[in-house]
Amino acid sequence: MDFESTVPESSVPLGDERIEGEISNEIPLIRIRPAKGWGGFNLRDLWAYRELLYFLTWRDIKIRYKQTILGVAWAIIQPLFAMLMFTLFFGKLAKMPSDGIPYPVFAYAGLLPWTFFSNAVTNSGNSLVGNSNLITKVYFPRVIIPGAAVCAGIVDFLIASTILLGLMFYYGIALTWSFLIFPLLMVITTLLALGVGMWVSALNVKYRDIRYALPFLIQLWMFATPIIYPLNIVPERFRWVMLINPLSGLVEAFRATLLGRPFNWVEIGLACLITFALLAYSFYVFRRMEKSFADVV
Amino acid sequence: MKAVKVENLSKQYSIGVSRAPYATLRDSIAGFANAPLKLFRRNKRASDSTIWALKDVSFEINRGELVGIIGRNGAGKSTLLKVLSRITEPTRGGVDIFGRVGSLLEVGTGFHPELTGRENIYLNGAILGMKRQEIERKFDEIVAFAEVQKFIDTPVKRFSSGMYLRLAFAVAAHLEPEILLVDEVLAVGDNNFQKKCLGKMEEMSSGGRTVLFVSHNMPAVLRLCNRVILLDQGQLLADGSPQQVTRQYLSSSTGSQAERVWPSAEIAPGDTVARLRSIRVCDKAGKTIEATDIRQDFRIEVEYWNLQRRLRPSVLLIFTNEDGVCLFQSNDFNNNVWADTRREPGLVRSVCKLPGNFFSEGRVLVTVGIGTYNPNLLHAIERDAVAFQIFDRSEGDGVRGEYVGEWPGVIRPMLDWEINTKAGNPTASSYQEESLHT
Repeated sequence: MDFESTVPESSVPLGDERIEGEISNEIPLIRIRPAKGWGGFNLRDLWAYRELLYFLTWRDIKIRYKQTILGVAWAIIQPLFAMLMFTLFFGKLAKMPSDGIPYPVFAYAGLLPWTFFSNAVTNSGNSLVGNSNLITKVYFPRVIIPGAAVCAGIVDFLIASTILLGLMFYYGIALTWSFLIFPLLMVITTLLALGVGMWVSALNVKYRDIRYALPFLIQLWMFATPIIYPLNIVPERFRWVMLINPLSGLVEAFRATLLGRPFNWVEIGLACLITFALLAYSFYVFRRMEKSFADVV
Repeated sequence: MKAVKVENLSKQYSIGVSRAPYATLRDSIAGFANAPLKLFRRNKRASDSTIWALKDVSFEINRGELVGIIGRNGAGKSTLLKVLSRITEPTRGGVDIFGRVGSLLEVGTGFHPELTGRENIYLNGAILGMKRQEIERKFDEIVAFAEVQKFIDTPVKRFSSGMYLRLAFAVAAHLEPEILLVDEVLAVGDNNFQKKCLGKMEEMSSGGRTVLFVSHNMPAVLRLCNRVILLDQGQLLADGSPQQVTRQYLSSSTGSQAERVWPSAEIAPGDTVARLRSIRVCDKAGKTIEATDIRQDFRIEVEYWNLQRRLRPSVLLIFTNEDGVCLFQSNDFNNNVWADTRREPGLVRSVCKLPGNFFSEGRVLVTVGIGTYNPNLLHAIERDAVAFQIFDRSEGDGVRGEYVGEWPGVIRPMLDWEINTKAGNPTASSYQEESLHT
């Protein structure tokens, strides 16, 4: 009796058959050659590993606030307190103009994409070095690592957005149809963060100076972006300088969608253009440096 | 049916990189400023600062083969696996791989201590290239294999190291690529765990999968593989049957480790009392050997210069196995006549005779020293000066008899057993009362 019950009903052979089937059906050919330039940037490979992007993003989110007392609240505390400080010093004391909307809403609407962007760039910039154990032991498209670090920031962004909705409700500002552009802007900001983050992460593998320079550069970048001040206080003839920074156009557009104000399509178009150019350049640099990661990191 | 085709594969590393793994921006700027100067020096520098970890390696592997890759440290074994698993790119040449590759260069890559066992199975599976569906399908199997059902929702940082290792291996073992690359995973874990690993690899290759297995563990290579590739200094030295290639490897003189000769007094270990000249492992006939049959007697021969009359130096040998376990120490003052002999300055040869059926299978490292006692002083020491390999052919007349599986123990002595018998059946009363002693 005992004997019979240990003979499997069908589950084991079935599983095996399926695997055998997988083997004989499609045998992928992997060609390994010294890569040149764009040669090896394999989009199909990237697609095949899309689940890894999901799992690494999920890991980053999962462990970020482990062993913290406040947990996910940190996603809100950061922009919230920055907004309170800015409101006090720039809004109340310095009487900074804010396009005719209450300064807290104005500042928070700028801080929201900025916090996402700066965290995404910082995290992805350090991601390759931080995951060196993966890079030296397993193959997968390396872009996934900085990519996951950027994606993990989106959750924080969404959590922090609730505060903005609260603020708008408090000040009696209604959402308008232009809010529908919001996801598109989010995508572009994410791509920009990916472009910068990827580039920084690759450089960081080779030059560890980046780790020290990055926080400082990010801080400078914040002042070069219209977050505490509106873009229109910059004199007209210098405004193009501001717009070389694609984040300027994006932050202004973020405010416009939330507060239902007219878009400056030229600014947005320019921001997109610069973002895509940066992303392409960054992919190229990353690809060129990628092959030496395992040897250098 | 081909599984792997390697053609003129070469991989160059610059030594500068290995010395200081990452550059700083300052170095690069300095390098840029010095660039014009370099034009004049280039010829000298270029060849010095690079090494070929792999040089023009070519071979083909058919589906279902279980191939061992052996060689000394730095022979290029790990680099080969890294290129095959696409972790690093070749400098020249290329590889075609027909099928999905799974590489196990480490057990538990990407495990995160804060995540639970369940979460780590998914994460590690994805890192190793499994699809989520696939992991879900095998989840219960993996947990059962690892024997961690109770703790599956506990963060793995609370796992014992054994549980951690079992879980990590369980995930890897359920990866089902057409081609599996394994690097010394067996070096970790206890015997039981290693047996599980070996068993799983055997199972995979008999299921039509191709396995490449890098190892220093000759017994395992001999037992598992049906073909062995020998690398030396980045080049393919031999490719053939396991017996033939492992024998070539063990007896080859390339950087012989069975013999160590110090050509001059300046570099030889020693002081004003005694100085080592050579040490070697040899058979009864005096021929240097790298490997010996477990049943055979052999010797370790030490030569040194005695430089004084006053003291009575003694040669000491310390034997260690590959896991770093010290097996024993032996001194030549065990020869009582020699211990009481007055010394004259000159050359001394001291030979230690080692019996067959004594060491266990595997590699043994020998540390040699010269000491004087009362007061205790060490005049010369050379750690792991020579090494030898003990192999067990399992031909039936050894300690393990006909048994070919794992045989535990750091030594494997052939002991005398005395056996007595008496015919009859036990009854309730006679069970204890019967006696074989007469």
